[in-house]
Amino acid sequence: METSQEITMQELQTQLEALKKKVGKLEKGRKDQLSMAVVSGDFDKILATMVISLAAAAMDTQVKLFFSFWSLSALRDPKKTPKGKDFISKMFGMMLPKGKNQLKLSNMNMAGMGPMMIKMLMKKKNVLSLHEMFNQAAELGIEITICEMSMDLMGFKKEEFIDYPHLRYAGAATFVADAGESAVQLFI
Amino acid sequence: MSVDLKSLKANLVVDARGTACPGPLLAAKKAIGDIESGEIMEILSADEGTKNDIPRWCEKVGHEYLGFYDEDSFSRLFLIKE
Repeated sequence: METSQEITMQELQTQLEALKKKVGKLEKGRKDQLSMAVVSGDFDKILATMVISLAAAAMDTQVKLFFSFWSLSALRDPKKTPKGKDFISKMFGMMLPKGKNQLKLSNMNMAGMGPMMIKMLMKKKNVLSLHEMFNQAAELGIEITICEMSMDLMGFKKEEFIDYPHLRYAGAATFVADAGESAVQLFI
Repeated sequence: MSVDLKSLKANLVVDARGTACPGPLLAAKKAIGDIESGEIMEILSADEGTKNDIPRWCEKVGHEYLGFYDEDSFSRLFLIKE
């Protein structure tokens, strides 16, 4: 009688171990994490990115932003002028917004009147400015990864991006890996 | 649990009336570190969305949301820190 009971205990133990492994895998599989692929460089879309990210970070969700293509304009520092660019890169650099303050609206841009009005309204309605939102994001540990391929493609240089404490450079696989373990993935 | 919110004495009052979404949530998140577990925090917010956001935040991170009541131009929200 005693031995049979011992065996069941052992069986239970192994089953428990198996379960623990499974739960561990599940927990590892989907972390309390938000991954966003940010491709658009419009003022409104960067604003949405930052509002959602800040809300998530305030709710203790780890936030990882992957900036690529047009969105890179938002990360440019207007005070920095990188050297050694070729002709096309220089042209791109001139045509694209230099920093988050120069971004256009995806609708109602009206040659720059739209963004000006939105910024005025934001102030009036006590919405944090993009600049303040980036500061908060830095404080809350929101990670920003710059897509190296699009940086190269558009002729941007690392020296022209903002000083942000959690800034990284990586490729698409990094986003895929981050997104794969995130409970929430968004594309903007 | 029914509590008379108006007679509640908060250990910490966070005035987030000067900021819109997600400002009040950020203010609450920052201030929550300043009180001990079991203490009461009161958030003043003029942002309507916050009335939905704060309970969701509490639900997620484990604080006990007590409710809110409206003043003339803002609301008072109450919670107990986990």
